[in-house]
Amino acid sequence: MTDTTVSRRRAIALAGAGVAGIAGAAAAGGALIRGAVAGDHGDPQQLAAGAVAFHGAAQAGIVTPAQDRLHFVAFDVLTKDRARLVQLLKDWTAAAARMTEGRDAGAIGATAGELEAPPDDTGEAIGLPPSGLTLTVGFGPTLFRDAGGADRFGLASRKPAALADLPHFRGDSIDAAISGGDLCVQACANDPQVAVHAIRNLARIGMGVVSVRWSQLGFGRTSSTSTSQATPRNLFGFKDGTANLKAEETDLLREHLWVQPGDGADWMTGGAYLVTRKIRMMVEPWDRTSLGEQEDIIGRTKGEGAPMGQAKEFDEIDLVSKNGAGDPLIRVDAHVRLAHPDTNKGARLLRRGYNFVDGSDGLGRLNAGLFFIAYQRDPRTAFVPVQTSLSRLDAMNEYIRHVSSGLFACPPGVSGPDDFWGRALFA
Amino acid sequence: MRSTPRILSLVAVGLLGGSLAACGGGKSGGAASGAGGPIKVKATDTACEVSASTLPAGTHVFAISNSGAKVTEFYVYAAGDRVMGEVENITPGLSRELRVELPAGAYQTACKPGMVGAGIRAALTVSGSAVPLTEDAALQQASVNYTRYITSQSEALVQKTTDFANAVKAGDVAKAKALYPIARTYYERIEPVAEIFGNLDPKIDGREDDATAELPFTGFHKLEKDLWVAGDVGKDAAVADQLVTDVKEVVTKAKDEKLSPLQLANGAKELLDEVANSKITGEEDRYSHTDLWDFAANVDGSQAAVGALRPALEQRDPALVKQIDAAFAAVDTELAKYRDGDGWKLQNQLSQAELKGLSDAINALAEPISKIAGVIAQK
Repeated sequence: MTDTTVSRRRAIALAGAGVAGIAGAAAAGGALIRGAVAGDHGDPQQLAAGAVAFHGAAQAGIVTPAQDRLHFVAFDVLTKDRARLVQLLKDWTAAAARMTEGRDAGAIGATAGELEAPPDDTGEAIGLPPSGLTLTVGFGPTLFRDAGGADRFGLASRKPAALADLPHFRGDSIDAAISGGDLCVQACANDPQVAVHAIRNLARIGMGVVSVRWSQLGFGRTSSTSTSQATPRNLFGFKDGTANLKAEETDLLREHLWVQPGDGADWMTGGAYLVTRKIRMMVEPWDRTSLGEQEDIIGRTKGEGAPMGQAKEFDEIDLVSKNGAGDPLIRVDAHVRLAHPDTNKGARLLRRGYNFVDGSDGLGRLNAGLFFIAYQRDPRTAFVPVQTSLSRLDAMNEYIRHVSSGLFACPPGVSGPDDFWGRALFA
Repeated sequence: MRSTPRILSLVAVGLLGGSLAACGGGKSGGAASGAGGPIKVKATDTACEVSASTLPAGTHVFAISNSGAKVTEFYVYAAGDRVMGEVENITPGLSRELRVELPAGAYQTACKPGMVGAGIRAALTVSGSAVPLTEDAALQQASVNYTRYITSQSEALVQKTTDFANAVKAGDVAKAKALYPIARTYYERIEPVAEIFGNLDPKIDGREDDATAELPFTGFHKLEKDLWVAGDVGKDAAVADQLVTDVKEVVTKAKDEKLSPLQLANGAKELLDEVANSKITGEEDRYSHTDLWDFAANVDGSQAAVGALRPALEQRDPALVKQIDAAFAAVDTELAKYRDGDGWKLQNQLSQAELKGLSDAINALAEPISKIAGVIAQK
């Protein structure tokens, strides 16, 4: 590469700011920019390799059609100096905008600098296309007040009521070391190397100001966030996210996903709240469970993904009808019943979780599961009631453990080159 | 030691022409303290009385007497703790002299009873005309500054290593254990220099898993293992003697070695890499767990190398100097939490959260320090 200051991934030319309103005012940040090569429209490979717009009314990485790979990271803020934290958010924003376009993290680049100085980009993404990279930032409750209640950065009065600590749910076995965090960044991409490269470079830029608290890799999406996507499967082998909120459902997104004017903290208007849960799946016992029992536990057929008693994946779930024996078609402890909006006062989530396998656990078992990610307008009326309902009754609980938990306020999008992550919060 | 001594690949630039010696103190034509006799320094365990707080520019002699119960050290620091002159290992009852050339400027004197911490400081103002160094002269002066540091550390290294070896040969396990981390302190401070000399560093500081048929397990860590695991050094007389021989050879070679500014910059960074890779994890002193002594020594050595480059850095990138100063201070604060008497807590007494605190502080320091080489290399 002789011209790294321009772009390491020039092979993928960028075009088209024409991303007009897919999902209302707040959704532009999720739209794909298509590759400019003539005739590539609709070619899935080109789309997967292309760039997603970084600037927009909403942050990309929420309603953006879920990419295949995840690297999620939570940071502790080390500095006590508000100005240093703000400067870091500006530096991060600039680096994120560059990396999303397929450029190097720093202005000099991975190979264009002096031989005596460490490069300002780590280099493992040289030659790779933008790969649909999105970087989404969130602010945790502890950024506003620490565990002792102290107002760390003069932000306590700006803490949204919706960012209330999640309650303990029945059966939780949460490990604090891989939970919480003052800041988070979700990196999603269609190439795992591109996602890891982004997180690694942001962590490096943050040295001395923030410290990585925990991070999680995910290798396969478990939700569709667009009607253009087929429903993927989780590690139980079932389709996951059939009834998810989707980018095209503008009215539902306004009602359930995006924070609206008057909801509370003004700086969050146009943003969304993020809940993460690392859910270990006990896959070995699950695999010894009969097909019929598996389907009854989920409430859907394994092959088609149709609700029990129905024929097709997208058929309506019937929570009322009974079978010939007088039992409900969907068992009272079935996962889809307990998670269904009708069971939870209409609560809806936008899920974009990922499968993970963190090696094995030393006991001959895969350390596998689902890294659950859900965005919503207010966790108190969305994730909390749904999880309360699931944690009490879900037949699936025998096969899962919630081992980490995170809650973050994800502000609206970065409007342009002069804006930065969280500007309204620190204004 | 490091598994990959990268510094080997850097050419030691013979920067120091004879004319350069004049650069630092060339304008220090004032009267030396010779006329009024040496400046007296009365060091105790709690005080450091220096008989002068203002001096004319020129060469001065400090006479330090230690009437305390602890071994002490005496330093003259320029801004940012750049060492202008120092005497190590002043044992109780002993008097030592330090000859140092001081151009006009603001300095600090410091005694370090117990050889640790920031020491007992006092301001020292040197008056006279001082012409700022040209950039090139400031860089060339860096090597002189650092050589001064190496010289004083080397002397104490030989002394303490000999004491340690003698305790081993006498079979005095308790005394040898007490001396082990202290002797290592002087080695760890100058390790980037020691690593230049091929197999010497592996022989002195190699770990058991680095041993090969050609380079068997020997040196500090072999003795560490026998002291802490076996509690028996009855068969280690030859190992102890060889350690002293090897250390003396390093010292002889080090005194003639002139590190280039770029080597100093990389040495400062590599010392912190050492901390990050093997001290925080407890790999280095896996039997004694005295890793925090090495940690502190590596940071000292890094600071000395940065200090030597400081005049040049201040001309080229003052913002980076400020950032590095703050980060060194943060490391000191973090490390100070684990003081234990005259030494340090053992690495395995620290919790994971405490080790992470140290790791965060080192990362915060190493990132700006990694930028020094690029700044120095700019034409």
